[in-house]
Amino acid sequence: MSDHSTTVDHVHGHAHGHDPHVAHHFDNAQQQYESGNLGMWLFLITEVMFFGGMFGAYAVYRTWYPDAFEFASTATNIPLGAANTVVLIISSLTMALAVQASQLGQQKKLVTMILLTMLFGSIFLGVKAFEYSEKYHHGHIPGPNFVWHGEGGREVQILFCLYFAMTGMHAVHMVVGLGIMTWLLITAMKGKYSPEYYNPVEITGLYWHFVDIVWIFLFPLLYLI
Amino acid sequence: MQGHVTPTKTYLTIFGALMICTILTVFVRLNLGIKSFAVAIAIALVKATLVILYFMHVKYSHILSKAAVVTSILFLLILLVLVSMDYVSRSWQPRATPWEKHQVLE
Repeated sequence: MSDHSTTVDHVHGHAHGHDPHVAHHFDNAQQQYESGNLGMWLFLITEVMFFGGMFGAYAVYRTWYPDAFEFASTATNIPLGAANTVVLIISSLTMALAVQASQLGQQKKLVTMILLTMLFGSIFLGVKAFEYSEKYHHGHIPGPNFVWHGEGGREVQILFCLYFAMTGMHAVHMVVGLGIMTWLLITAMKGKYSPEYYNPVEITGLYWHFVDIVWIFLFPLLYLI
Repeated sequence: MQGHVTPTKTYLTIFGALMICTILTVFVRLNLGIKSFAVAIAIALVKATLVILYFMHVKYSHILSKAAVVTSILFLLILLVLVSMDYVSRSWQPRATPWEKHQVLE
C-alpha cells in the first residue's frame, strides 16, 4: 500500500506526501475506513427505527385482530414472495462479492458484480410491480373500492394498509439503492476503487444488505401469515 | 487494504444457509399453516444474523461498529416492547368513564 501511494504522490507531486485517498481530517486510511463504516451504521440505526415504527404498528394490529390475519392468509402469494426472497438474497451475495472484488483490486469482477446486483434488484422490483397489479385487479387496495369476499373485511383492510405501507417503503429503498448502485457502477468503471480505497463499495453494500434484512422480516410477516 | 477479506467459499456457505432457511420457512408454513408463525420469525432472526455477521462484515468490524449494531437492536426492542405493553394491557381495565357522565349521575 505504501509503495503504491508513494508512486502516486510522486506522479502528482503531492505536497503533503500522504495517501491521496485519505482526506486531510483523517490520520490514515484505516481511521478513514472505520469512520465511514461507523457513520453508515449510525445512519442504519435511524433506518432500523424508521422501519421499527411500522413493525410496531403491525404488532399492535396483529394483537388486536388475530382473526383478520388468518382470513387474509388466503390472499397472499407465497410462491412470488418466496421467489423474491431468493432473488434478493442472490443480489446480496453478488453485492458481497463486489466488495470482495474491490478489496482484491479485481476491476472487471467488481463491475460485473455491481451489474448483477442491479439486475437482481430490478427483477425484485418487477415481481413486486406484478404483485401490486394483481392486488389491484382483485380489489385489494384499501379505500372506498376495497373488495373482500371473505370474513372480516374491515380488519383485513388494515392488514392491506400495512402490506402496502411496508412493502412500498421497502420498494422505495430498493429504488434509492439502485440509484446509488448506478453511481457506484459509473465510478467503478472509471477505475476509482482499489484495495487502498473501496469505502464507497463497502458502505453501499451495507445499505443493500440492510434493505435485504428488512425483506427477510417482511416475507414471514406479510406472506407467511 | 483496511478491512477483512472474506473468502468466496465463506460467502457461498452463508448464501447456501440462507437458501436452506428460506426453503425451510416456506415448507413449515405449507405444512403447519398459520401456527408456524413463531418458527417463521425464528428463522428470519437466524437469516438476519447471518447477513449482519458475514455479508455486512460485522464479525470483523471495529468494536464501535459492533456497538452501533447492538444499539440499534436494543432501541428497536425498547420501541416494540413498550408499545406492545401499552396495547396488550389496555383490555385489563374497563374504559374510564368521561367525567361529564359522573357529574350527570351525581
